[in-house]
Amino acid sequence: MIETSADLTKKLSAAVEKMPAFPKSVQRILELTRDINCEPKELVMVIEKDPVMTMKLLRILNSAYYSLPRQITSVNQSVVYLGLNTIKNMALSFAAMGVLPQQNAAGFDIQRYLMHSLTTASLARILCQKFGRGDTDPSDCYIAGLLHDFGKVVFAQFMPAEFREALALSGEQSMSLHTAEKQIIGADHSLVGSMLVGKWQFPESLADAIRHHHNEISPENTVQSCLFVADQISKKLSMGNSGNLQVEELPPALVERFGDNMDGIIAQLGDLSKVVDEAQSFTKGV
Amino acid sequence: MKVKFWGVRGSIPAPGPKTVHYGGNTTCIEVRADDNELIILDGGSGIFPLAQTLLRELPVNANIFNTHSHWDHIQGLPFFIPIFIPGNRIKLHGSFDPISGEGPERIMAVQMQYSYFPVREAEMKSRIDYVTVMPNESLAVGSATITPVLLNHPVVNLGYRIDCNGKSVFFTGDHEPHTNIYSPEDDGFAEYQSLIEEQFHSIVEAIRGIDVLIADSAYTLAEYQTKKGWGHGTFDSSIELAMAAGAKILYCTHHEPTRSDDDLEKVFAEALARHPEVAGKLDIRLAREGEEVVL
Repeated sequence: MIETSADLTKKLSAAVEKMPAFPKSVQRILELTRDINCEPKELVMVIEKDPVMTMKLLRILNSAYYSLPRQITSVNQSVVYLGLNTIKNMALSFAAMGVLPQQNAAGFDIQRYLMHSLTTASLARILCQKFGRGDTDPSDCYIAGLLHDFGKVVFAQFMPAEFREALALSGEQSMSLHTAEKQIIGADHSLVGSMLVGKWQFPESLADAIRHHHNEISPENTVQSCLFVADQISKKLSMGNSGNLQVEELPPALVERFGDNMDGIIAQLGDLSKVVDEAQSFTKGV
Repeated sequence: MKVKFWGVRGSIPAPGPKTVHYGGNTTCIEVRADDNELIILDGGSGIFPLAQTLLRELPVNANIFNTHSHWDHIQGLPFFIPIFIPGNRIKLHGSFDPISGEGPERIMAVQMQYSYFPVREAEMKSRIDYVTVMPNESLAVGSATITPVLLNHPVVNLGYRIDCNGKSVFFTGDHEPHTNIYSPEDDGFAEYQSLIEEQFHSIVEAIRGIDVLIADSAYTLAEYQTKKGWGHGTFDSSIELAMAAGAKILYCTHHEPTRSDDDLEKVFAEALARHPEVAGKLDIRLAREGEEVVL
């Protein structure tokens, strides 16, 4: 059992600082930074497809050192504020920490995790663009999707034995993974993920969305609503696997908010092969 | 408030007969607040001649504000003689560097390694304090208030606004106006465009109503075409910023090291000719080593 104390947050956040990023982004960053004239937008695209790099970048940007006029939620914002060369060198320093191993002691498949995170991120952005009321930046929904399961990769990396047990329990008893995590570890990935972004002064709305992505949520909040629906669509259409195959029902309030049930929403989104192809191009062929 | 230029050259010192009028030293600006508090903006090679004059007023209490850590803005600091004299007090202010995870203390620590400089940092006899400043968080130096503003350069660069009894001066350090990294047909173009417009607006607001704007005007428009992303402005971008902020006087600085006095005056005149709209609104000058302006 772990305690959800300030000490634990401190310990895990220190661990995340040393955490290596995903193989493909490390490889691409090393390639791109060898060319002084590399395309800035390509660099942004690589960073924003890697939950570890994005998390680390936003952690520094949102730190008290820059006291920026608003909290930063996108890689593009960080380029505008700190300049391309600084972001490039930060990415290079993240890349220099090595790569997340494909095989970890928890038996957690990071490639499928990344696939799920990337498709959830893209779907959340698309949902916001299509169903949003203009009060929410679609990139806030993207970042919520990208980071919503970050707690799992932290567990896999730093508490592999316990996480392995939780994965097994969830599989054996058809129990949702967050319930199994609570049982084995004492805290679930949504809590750990939100504790980290909370500590790092990310926007409260992002911490809330991560914290409550398995709960019945208030449909007033666009980020939470889009994240919840995107997460379920990614699982329902088997776009990736984040260790939890249970598709949750859309609560009535969300059916009302989106004006349709899950199948109807999926139908309205049309062809989603681009979402899958884009994510696959980033998770495969390292 | 008084402002005096001790170094106006960018990149590398450029001494010699062709730069004798505007000067060859790299960036250093002395600002005296109303109670004669000493504020020094950047420690390029121009800080060395400034240091000579300070030996007459010991003990020195110097507040140095570093815009960024590139050589032409720090290379004079180990030759700032007051740092070696007991009784002097030096405060070096600068930004947090996200790559090294360190603040302005690194500027001295790196330069004063024994292979590059004979005196070690530990051997400086004055009292030196390092202060990591944050964008938009003002701090007081006697009668003056200094506000750092985050600008755009290949390393984190802070511009500084100094206000003193209703008078004000702003120095950009090195700054290139933001440009869109996306093409108009890309998905991210509109979002990025709104971000950079918002940032331009916030910089303009930070400079609003300034009496003296000292701005990086390294390039001509033609030169800029091959130097995008290098982190410097043009005469035209500085004029645009000054006009948008309602500045009264604009000093163009960070002169190219290869630019002779004659060439500098020529490209400056061409830039002025492109901007007849400034007539009666903005007084535009070339920063010149030794020039002093009293506000």
